[in-house]
This record gives sequence, structure tokens and C-alpha cells, in this order.
Amino acid sequence: MSLVKLTGVHKHFGTNHVLKGVDLAVEQGDVVALIGRSGSGKSTLLRTINGLERIDEGELLVDGAALHAGQGDLRALRQKVGMIFQQFNLFPHLTVGENVMLAPTVVKRRSKAETEALAREMLDKVGLADKFASYPEQLSGGQQQRVAIARALAMQPRVLLCDEITSALDPELVSEVLAVVRQLAREGMTLIMVTHEMRFAREVGNKLIFMHHGRIHESGDPREVFADPRTPELANFIGAVQAH
Amino acid sequence: MAYRFDFAAVFQHSDLLLAGAGFTLALTAVGAAAGIALGILGAVSRAWRLPLLNGLFGVYVEVIRNTPFLVQLFFIFFGLPALGVKMTEWQAAVLAMVINLGAYSTEIIRAGIQATPRGQLEAAESLALTRLQAFRHVVLRPALARIWPALNSQVIIVMLGSAVCSQIATEELTFAANFIQSRNFRAFETYLVTTAMYLFMALLIRQVLAWVGRRFVIGRTR
Amino acid sequence: MLVQFTTWDVIRNLLEGGKWTLALSLIAFVLGGLVGLLILFARIARNRALQAFAKGYIEVFQGTPLLMQLFLVFFGLPLIGLDVSPWFAAALGLTLFTSAYLAEIWRGCVEALPKGQWEASESLALNYLQQMRHVILPQALRIAIPPTVGFSVQVVKGTAVASIIGFAELTKTGSMLANATFQPLLVFGLVAAGYFALCFPLSLFAKRLEKKFHVAR
Repeated sequence: MSLVKLTGVHKHFGTNHVLKGVDLAVEQGDVVALIGRSGSGKSTLLRTINGLERIDEGELLVDGAALHAGQGDLRALRQKVGMIFQQFNLFPHLTVGENVMLAPTVVKRRSKAETEALAREMLDKVGLADKFASYPEQLSGGQQQRVAIARALAMQPRVLLCDEITSALDPELVSEVLAVVRQLAREGMTLIMVTHEMRFAREVGNKLIFMHHGRIHESGDPREVFADPRTPELANFIGAVQAH
Repeated sequence: MAYRFDFAAVFQHSDLLLAGAGFTLALTAVGAAAGIALGILGAVSRAWRLPLLNGLFGVYVEVIRNTPFLVQLFFIFFGLPALGVKMTEWQAAVLAMVINLGAYSTEIIRAGIQATPRGQLEAAESLALTRLQAFRHVVLRPALARIWPALNSQVIIVMLGSAVCSQIATEELTFAANFIQSRNFRAFETYLVTTAMYLFMALLIRQVLAWVGRRFVIGRTR
Repeated sequence: MLVQFTTWDVIRNLLEGGKWTLALSLIAFVLGGLVGLLILFARIARNRALQAFAKGYIEVFQGTPLLMQLFLVFFGLPLIGLDVSPWFAAALGLTLFTSAYLAEIWRGCVEALPKGQWEASESLALNYLQQMRHVILPQALRIAIPPTVGFSVQVVKGTAVASIIGFAELTKTGSMLANATFQPLLVFGLVAAGYFALCFPLSLFAKRLEKKFHVAR
């Protein structure tokens, strides 16, 4: 059974038809790279998977459970699906440790000692064990993004969604974040990421999805797809990105 | 003949003035704490458009912000007893201050809440926090931090406004001053000293609230 | 001697008081605006002493009760030989009060302009007064209008304090009527309604201006 399964998913923003019937199956341990031009629907697709955007039509199954509109439903889903944002979205009034501990404490109601140990472990995993008591504004962008990853991991999700997580970073900070993601992939974490880092997608991903005009236009093994795009749109897109 | 100032006539009543100042500060402290709490409730009701409460707070805010504090005070102290609601001058003064500050802080805090970046809410949502948990742990403190200076100013305005509570015989600083000048016939000197005391209290409150803000609201000292 | 007051009598008397509230508000707002402009110029002047004076002026008027300001005018002027009526003391006190707040509001507007506006006009060899007249003030004026209209509400409400020094405006009239009629709930309810009728349109207008400005920007 697929870990994440979308069938015939549609999404509108007003009169704008953003997702036009998307089918997608993600298996345990998959590393999926979502690429496409801005406005192709790739971020919207990602955001539907943890309910930040409601779907208008179709079916969305995560770990076998269907996602309907109810609040309780959504919260159960979100405990299985972690999300990392382009702008980190750390909570500025909380320390790094408190950022990581917040959700396990208030959502899962774990004890303070337990969550603190968990938080330290997760921060250690992203190489920031020594920043436990720092505030987000004292960290570089790359460090903040790694804290955001630790924060999501502390909920022990089944799948992690990454929404252009290196796009807001200075070039020299990109690699430290990618290194963490690469390590997660190696450990078998299921990842779905919207990314502009084509080389990274090819290296780490095992599935590539090219979104175009709200549909999955082409998909397959990244190495094969990149080497031999079947549609002119993808060929164009790859050409444009590489020229850049 | 030139007028001769006589401040000694004022200072011989300094115990009354100090006691009055203490009462003004106490009145302000209670009014500010309860008023801000009311403001948080109002701000949430407005920002989340809670049924019924949103409308009630909307009307309340407009009525209070568009009528003078003195009239609100008279209405509470002289008017409400006609409906069987009797209270002491202290209770009336505190109630009027809470109601007044509650209205202003509803609008101030609401602005702070509505300035919460969308990403903060989405991050809280994606971590499976409920709306209330997100409000308590993610939204409230940064919102208060954002508008703390405005809230600080409003508390000072309410403290200064409390001078008119002397009109219902609440024994705060202005009441003490009125009493003293009726004894020493040195109205100008008495009110000059009293004015200086208010100015000092305003500066004091500003410092204290700035400290409270740094220590408990904004989260970390820079 | 007991006079029977009908509700109409109450309303008629309150309207009379309301006229004085309106008159006092207008005077304080207009004169306060003029004095406020002077304070503003001092506040943003290049002369340090003028700046310090304006800063102190604003600090004192914003840091003390309006009631004390009225008391000091009312009891202070006779000391220098000027016998003043409550009407004059109230008008003067409220003018000073208004000027301090408006000067501070307007200073915020001037300072909200990007530094580049000063630099650009300076690089065009405009002197300070020319910069003010042609570049800074026209722009500051635009953003100053909504908060200025908003503050007029505070002026109208502030006039209620003048009742305490015996000026027979709306609140004072209300107090006298409440005593005479033994109907404080009705009378103060009507007084509040009177202020609301004056202030609410101003508040709405200020809010609309603010929105319009935000959209325009």
C-alpha cells in the first residue's frame, strides 16, 4: 500500500484551476522531486498533502487514511506529515530547543524530560546540538532551516514535505541544508520535495515529477528523465534551468 | 504687587499627596491588568470573528472610543444605581478604567494578532497544533511584543485620565490635590506639584512597562 | 423650588451645552493645529535648543493629565493679573494640549518619509526651507490627514474635562440636569449619545481616509 496516494485531485483558487486531476503514489522510502515552472501547481500539490490547501475534488490517502475536511482528521494527518517551508517559519520568541519541543509537548503531551531528550537528539542529527538555547535570529539562514528540519522530525513523521527549502538561502548556505536532507534520504525517510536544485534531485531522488499547467506532465526515474526528456516542455524547462 | 510662591504650604501635606499617588498607581495597575486581559479576549473575538462576541465587542469598542471617559465614569457611578447596580467610588473608578482600556486594547491587540505572518500560522498548523494551541504558543506573545509600545502609551493615557475620578470622590492623587488646595488656598502651587508628580508617574510607568515587555513579552533582551 | 423637567427640556438643555462643546472643540482644534505647526517646526528644526524645547513641551503635555493642564491655566493666569473665565481657560488649555499631540503626530509623518527624499532634494541644492516647502511638507501632509482627523475625536472628548473647571458644555450641563431631574441614567445616557454623535462620524471618516491612503500607496 502506498504511503501517500492522490487520485484525481483538483484544486481551484477562485477561477484559477491550479490542479487539474493529479494522480500520484508515493511509497515508503521514496524520495520524490517535484519540479516545474512557477505557477505549475507544484507547491500547491505539496501543500495539499498536509492539508494546508483543501482539495476540491478527488481523493487523498496518507498511510491508508483518507483526508476529509474535519479538523480532527487533519490534525491526525499532520502528525504523520512533517513540513519544511521556504522561509523556515521558526517561532522567533522561542529558543531553538523550545521550537523543537513545542509540538511534542502540546500536541502529543509528552513529558518535558522526554521531549527535551528528543529535541536534543534531533538537533544533534542536524548538527546543531550546541544551539539549543539560542534564538532563531542569532542563527544563519542555513542553521535556521536545519532547526526547522529538526522541529519537523521531532514529531516523528512518516513523510516529510520540503517546499523549496533552499530557495531563501544565500548560495554558500545551501549545501549544509542539502547535506541534512541527503542523510535523511539515506536513512530511509520518505521525502517529497519541491526544488530547483536539479543536480540534487538527480542525485538523491528516485522519482521525478514534472508539473506543467496543473498536471503531472512527465515522471519517472530522475536520471533517465533528465537524460532523455520525452516531452518538449520538460526539455525546454531543463534547458532553461541549466542555462541559468 | 508680585505674587509670592509658597510651596511649603503644599509640602506640609506631602503625606496626602504620596498616598494619593499610591492610590493612582494602584488604580492604574488593576485597571491595566484587567483591561489588557479584556482586550485580549476582545481582540481574539474580533480577529477570529467569533459569533456574537465579534459583534458585541465591535459595538463596545466604538461606543467607548467615541465617548469621554468622564461621561463613562458618571454613567457608571451615577447612572447605574438607577438600575440597582450600586458600587463604591473605587469600584466605579476601576470598572470605568477597565472598560475604557479594554476597548482601546481590543483594537491595539487585534492589530498585533492580524499582523502575524502567514508562515507562522502554517508552521503551527503543519505541526498539528490546534487553533487555540497555536494562538497561545505561537501567536500571542509576538503579537503583544509587536504592539507593546502602543499598549504602553495607552496605559499611560488611562493613568492620566484617572485624574477625573476625583469628580466622583475617588481618593486618588487629584482628589488629594483638591483637598489640599481647599485648605491652603494655594491652588497653583498645589496643582503644579501634582502635575510634576503625574509626569514622574508617567515616566515611571513607561520604564516599568518597557521592562515588563523586555522581560516577559518580547522574550529576550537584545 | 422644584421645576419639573420633561425629557424634551433635558434634550433642549443638552443641545445648548452641546453647542459649547462643539465651539470649544473647533477652537481648540484650529488654534491647537496652528500652535502645533510651530511646535512641529521647532521639533524638526536643525537648531538643537529649539528641538529640545519642543521635545520637552510635547513630553510635558503628553505626560500630564489634561485636567491638571486646565487647572494650571485656570489658577495660574490670575497670578499674573489676568482674570480668566472658565471659557478662556478651557480654550487655552485645550489648545496647548492639542498642539502637543498634533505636533507629535505630524513629526511621525515627516519622519516616515524616506531619507532619500531629503538627500535627493539636498542634492538638487535646495536649502532647508525649500526642501520643507516643496518636498517634505507636501508629502507629509498627505499621510498626516488620517491621524489628524482621528485625533480630532480626542479633542472633542477632551472638552468634557473643561466641565470640571466650571465651563458649561455638554458634560457640565448633563451633571446639572442629572442633579435637577434625579434621572442620571437617562441624562448621562443622552450625554454619551451626544458625544457619540459628534465623534463617531469623525472616527469613521478617519478610518476611511486611512484605508484610502493605504490603497493609494
